[in-house]
Formats: sequence, structure tokens, C-alpha cells
Amino acid sequence: MEIRENRLEIKDFSLYYHRTKALEEISMDIPEKKVTAIIGPSGCGKSTLLRSINRMNEMIDGVLTEGRILLDAENIYDRSIDVVELRRKVGMVFQRPNPFPKSIYENVAFGVRMGENKQAKGRLEEVVERSLKEAAIWDEVKDRLQRSAMELSGGQQQRVCIARALAVEPEVILMDEPASALDPIATAKIEELIFKLKEKYTIVIVTHNMQQAARVSDQTAFLMLGKLIEYGDTATIFTNPKNKTTEEYITGRFG
Amino acid sequence: MSLQKKRFRYLGESLIEGNIKITAILAIIAVFLIFLFIMRESLPIFFSQEVMQEITFGKLFHGIEWQPVSDNPRFSMWPIILGSLKVTMIALVFAVPAAIGAALYSSEFAGPRLKEFIKPVVELLAGIPSVVLGFFALIIMASFLKSIFGWTYRLNAVNAGIALGFAVIPAIYSLAEDAINAVPRSFREAALGLGATPWQTATKVVLPAALPGVSAAVLFGMGRAVGETMVVLMAAGNAPLFSFNPLESTRTMTATIAAELGEVVFGGGHYHALFFIGLALFLVTFVINTVSWVLFDGLMNRLYGAKK
Amino acid sequence: MNYQTKFKKIGDKVKIGLTGTAVLLILAILAIILLAVIAGGYKSLSWEFLSQPPRDGMTKGGIFPAIFGMVFSLILMLIAVVPVGVATAVYLHEYARPDFILTRLIRGAVNNLAGVPSIVFGLFGLGFFIQFIGNGIDRSLGQSGLFGQPCILWASLTLALMNLPMIIVATEEALRAIPQAERAGALALGATKWQTIRHVVLPQAIPGILTGVVLVVSRGAGEVAPIMFTGAAYYLPYLPKLPTDQFMTLGYHIFVMTTQSPDIDATVPIAMGATLVLLALTFSLNIIAIIIRSRTRSQLRKGR
Repeated sequence: MEIRENRLEIKDFSLYYHRTKALEEISMDIPEKKVTAIIGPSGCGKSTLLRSINRMNEMIDGVLTEGRILLDAENIYDRSIDVVELRRKVGMVFQRPNPFPKSIYENVAFGVRMGENKQAKGRLEEVVERSLKEAAIWDEVKDRLQRSAMELSGGQQQRVCIARALAVEPEVILMDEPASALDPIATAKIEELIFKLKEKYTIVIVTHNMQQAARVSDQTAFLMLGKLIEYGDTATIFTNPKNKTTEEYITGRFG
Repeated sequence: MSLQKKRFRYLGESLIEGNIKITAILAIIAVFLIFLFIMRESLPIFFSQEVMQEITFGKLFHGIEWQPVSDNPRFSMWPIILGSLKVTMIALVFAVPAAIGAALYSSEFAGPRLKEFIKPVVELLAGIPSVVLGFFALIIMASFLKSIFGWTYRLNAVNAGIALGFAVIPAIYSLAEDAINAVPRSFREAALGLGATPWQTATKVVLPAALPGVSAAVLFGMGRAVGETMVVLMAAGNAPLFSFNPLESTRTMTATIAAELGEVVFGGGHYHALFFIGLALFLVTFVINTVSWVLFDGLMNRLYGAKK
Repeated sequence: MNYQTKFKKIGDKVKIGLTGTAVLLILAILAIILLAVIAGGYKSLSWEFLSQPPRDGMTKGGIFPAIFGMVFSLILMLIAVVPVGVATAVYLHEYARPDFILTRLIRGAVNNLAGVPSIVFGLFGLGFFIQFIGNGIDRSLGQSGLFGQPCILWASLTLALMNLPMIIVATEEALRAIPQAERAGALALGATKWQTIRHVVLPQAIPGILTGVVLVVSRGAGEVAPIMFTGAAYYLPYLPKLPTDQFMTLGYHIFVMTTQSPDIDATVPIAMGATLVLLALTFSLNIIAIIIRSRTRSQLRKGR
């Protein structure tokens, strides 16, 4: 069996939004079972790039793309690709916790219930428990699985959302500033969780918080005005950036 | 490969979407069919030799008498057009100040609690069936007003107009209130900051800014008034007189259809004449409502800009 | 403060007071109508009144057939209007692109449908449902006078068409209140568009749809103009059994008793009672709608 180190490859990828170029010919290889952070000033296109990886940009009218994004060597923008299958392989956690107004159990079970995986459907309770444990929230909610997820705190909601994404057994997890709406303690818990999750999953995280990027990620990409300015080891980017703009941004001279 | 499109899923989804889309298109078809079939039943006035012996387009606007059932039937629409105009105007004279005054009060001067109370009250008024309003005007209000003002005719245009006003107030209120509420708070703050009193702010700044929407509300109310049937059928006295006197009995276009269609010979001249009145009503309300809608939409777009 | 500004302030107060009077006027209208109908009608109310048919040329007896016919027609109306209305709203809000011509056409059509006079719906019901569809069915079945005549079915469909915009507007309002983030959440989990609508969007829209249903029932119960030529009858000695039967209904019954009766003095008390029943029904339905709406609004505020 071939072992590929880069499951996710972005190749000359551009995105237009009503004819303005939001992303310009971005190329980067995202390594497997590592955390890759995307940083940059607001409006630089980092969320757009993230949402391109599971094609969530298609929810917005007037979006056009060029170039390729390969998942296991398959171009996800090919016409023959099933977006639904793609999104089961590439899970997503949003900026604000967005649980459904259903019970905690139903939230986590949702993705499985919608899918065709008969096996997982057969042992739904097991899947829910495993996912909640993986998301480090099992102990807090195990006695109230039938209560509404809306009753939880913001940090708990976010971890339920992570569990919800894990339940469909994705390979890649996209996180769009997952802690920006949370307090420092909840943020620390999420970061801890990310660290644990990379044992099993490839993680791409967008953050505006550079300390966070430095703490959790292995690789860092710096984006500005829709262009990839620099990409490499997090340690290198933060201690010895090659590009002057990167250095200015890291040292907080703008942004 | 695993990411390839699943045929069944693709098919199911587009099948569902297609069905929903077709259902949505029913609304267009419905409006079209309404126009088509009202038209179809009024066309013989223009083309059918047989019908034209009894009634023609010209006869509908000739003379001042609507007497379809007589040895010498006369089909002049003028008395019932006048009746519709008379009753509508009276209704608006009464309803417009009440509705807009209330809308202004509830959005500019009332506290939040009172506001929460006013809206349901208006909704409840809107919920009263027009047959109940007609009943009230016919049995209770008419006698009361007659005894106070010494009217000669118990049932007349004023009586019907007032009752029609009850039906129209909620329509005008809700649109006017939406328009006034859409005026950004910054307008008010700017005016108050310049030393304007709340009344000045409301009438010199907020109301002018909302004016297209408020006019839309008045037009909308007018469309309602022209199209309302039961109130005028029951409360106006039901006499198609060509008279400008608001205190005489009258009959509107809508009431004429309601009163006569039940006794008409199918396919006869009278039958087609009634459909022609319906066609006229359809077109008039269509125009009034479209203008109202365009005005209101334009205001909302301007106030909310590209956000909407 | 000089006299002039003081004077102005008092003047302003008076003017504001005047707009307040407009509110009072609306309240007074509502109160007077309610009180007058209650005062005039409560004496007629009894179990007999609700459960017996009219007798002696409608001068005695009750209004049961009118209530029965009304419920019958409203059920048929709901069966027709709810699925179509909800689907249209779902299309407009979930599928359609707002700037497409088709979307605009549908919106324009819904708006215009809402403005068509009720009597024109009656004409349409007669011209389209009875003359065209009904007669067409009869002719193709080689019979006459079964479908091509006024009956509950056509009256209900006419009412349904007339009330379509109301269901659409209520449903769309409910859909608009559901955060886009929840749709995104479901799609990101690999739910299809329809699954997202079916399992995440629609369940949350139910209170809004219910509000629409309640309002439509209330409006349908009170409308007379669209049904007077499409199915409602002055008087029937029996209860309708099939959708192809004619029916008595409360609103039309009130109209008939107050305007077509040869002995007005004898029928007015019964008409008063019938009006009270109809008003009580529509009033409580509207209050239910108001309660559902304010509840969902406060829940929305709490939840998010």
C-alpha cells in the first residue's frame, strides 16, 4: 500500500467572487495528520480558502473557481465529484458554535442518520459515545444526552459540534476560527482537543490569533490579499520568516 | 472512486427540487388563469353576435342607468363605478388618518410595552370577517347613526364607507408601520441631536423619509377597499343610483357581482357583463397593488441599500 | 424657558396625543364590535343552537349544518393550500436565486394573488373550476351535473387559492428566522440539500407554518364572496356527505339570514347568535396565532 504524505494538495487554485479575485493561484500541500494553520489579516481570504476545501463556498451565489484541490489525488472540483461524499470526508467546525436545536444525541447522530453507512446506523449509540469522547465532552454531557444542545455553554456547544463532525468519520477537519467566540478557558480546551485530534485526523485551522497558530499548528500558511505569501514549518514562519511582509505581520506591525 | 457522484442521490435530489419548483410555479399559473378565465367570460361582449344584441362594450359606458333585469335592460357601469369610488373615498377619509396616526404613534411615541399591545389589537381587527363587519354595519351601526344624524336612508355610502374603513385600517396600518420602522434610527438621533422635538422629528424627518412606503400603504388600503365585497353589499343599501350624495343608498362594482350573479342566466348578456365588471376590478386592483408594491419595495431597497 | 418654547411643547403634546387617539379609536372599534355582537348574540346561544338545524324557514332552530359545512370546507381547503403554500415558500427561500426572473415572477404572482378582490376569486371559481374543469370532467365521464355544479370541492379550492399567499408569507417568515449557520452545519456534515431542509429547516419552521394555518382557517371561515357562487347554499335539509355536495356555511348563513329573509325580525336574533359564534371562532384563532408567534419570537431570542 502506498503511503502518501500529502493527502490534500491545493494546486494553482483561484476563486472569483462576482469577478473580483478573492484567491490568487494558491498552491500548497497539506500534510496528513498534522495541524496546518492559515493566518493573515482579516479579509485576506483565509476563510474562503478553508471553505474551498469542502466546497462550502457553493452556498454563495456568484462564486467561480479555477485550478484544482486534490484529496487523495482526486480533484474535488471535478464535475464527477459528489459534494455530499466530499463533505463526509472533509468535516467542518464553524466560527460560532452552530448546534441544531435538537438534543445533544441527535446533534451527534445527525450526520450518520443522513448518510448511507448502514453499519454506523446500526450502532448509533456507540458512534455517538465514541465521538463525544473523542471531542472530550462525554463526561460533561453523558447524563443529559436527550437535553437540547442549545442549553450548553458556548465552549461545550463547540465541542458538541466537533463531536458531530467526528461522528461521520472524516479524514480531514476544517476549523474556521473555532475558538474566536469563546472565553480563554474554553479556548484552551479546544486547543488541547486539536492537539489530540491530529493523531487521527488531518486538521486545517484558520485563526486570527497568532499565538494560537504558534501553539497548535505544525505548518503555517500566511495569506494576504488573496495571495499565499509564505508557507512552511510553524517554527520557521514564526522565528525566521523568509518574507518581509510575513515578518511584519508576525511582529504585529499591521493587521 | 469513492468521491464519485452517487447516481441515486443525484436523481432523488433533483426530483424533489423539480417538484417543489413546479409547485411554486403554480402561483404564476394561478394568476394567469384567473386573468384568462375572467377574460374568457367577458369577451363575448366584444365578439359574440348573440350577446352583442343584448349588450356591447359601448352600452357599458352609455347612459347612467344599471338596470339589467327589465324589459329594456340598461347596462351603464357609471352608477356602480361611482358607487365604488364614493364608498372607497369615504373609507379612506376615515381610515387613512386613523391608521397612519396609529402607526406613527406606535413606532415613534409609544413605549415598548404599549407597542407590543397595539400590534395584536390591529391584528384582531384585521381578523374580523368582512361578513361580520357588514352585519354590524347593517344591523347595529346604521340604526345608531341614523338616529343620531337623522339620515333619510338608513343604509348609505357613509354607513358602508365607515364599516369599510374598519376593514381597511389594519391593512394601511401594518404597511405604514413597516415603512416608518424601516427609517434608520440615525435619522431620528440626528434630528433630536439638532434640537428638534420628538413631534418635529416624527413629522419633519421620519414621515417624509418613509413617505413612499406610507403612500404605498394608502394605495394598498385603496386596493382593499375597491375589492371588498361583503361590507358594501350589506351596508350600502344596494341601490345602483347615479348620485354624488354620500347619504343616499349606493351599490359598488363588487356588490353588483355578488348581488346579481346568483340570479343570472348562464351565458346571457347580463352574465358576461358581470364578468366584465370582474375583469375591470381585477385590472384596477392589479395596477393599484403593483404600484403600491413597487413604491414599498423601492423604499425598502433605498433604506436598507444593498443589504437586502 | 420662555413662553414660546413652552407653548410649542404643549402644542407638541397635543399633537402626539392626537395620534394616540388614533390608537384609541382602533381599540374602540374593536371593542364596540365585540361588545355589540356579544350583547346581541349571547341570548341565542345554547347547546341546541349549536347542535340543531334551522327550522321554520330559518326563524327557529340552530346553525349546526352551517358549522358542519364550514368545517368540511376548511379541511378540504387546508389539504390543498398547506402543501402548495409550504412548498412554494421553501422554493422561494431555500432553492431559488433571488435575482432570477422566475423567482421575481413567482413573488410578483404571490403579491398579486394577495390583492385580487375576493369576489373575483368567486368569479374565477365559477368560470374555471365549475364551468371549465367540472363540466370537462362530467363531459368526459358522459354524465352531467356532478362536478359541473357548485359544491364543497370547488368552494374549498377557491378558498385555498385565495389563501395561498398567506401560507407562503407565514412560512417564508419562519424560514427567514432560521440562522444560515444551521443550514451550513448540516451541509458540512454531508447532508444533502433536501435532507437539510427536511430535518433541520422545516422542523424549526413548524410554529411559523402553524401560525399561517391558523390564520388561514380564520380567514377561510369568514370569507363569503368567493364561495357564494362556487358551493354555498341558502338552505339544505341534509348534511353534505361528499365533496361534490353543496354546503351551508356560517358566514354565508349570516348573510342570507340578514339580507334574504322574508321575516327579518324573526331571523335577526339567530343571525346575531351565528355572528357571535363566527366572531368567537375567528377571534380565538387570531389570538392563538398571536400567542404562537410571540412565543417563538421569545424562544428565538433566548436560544441565540
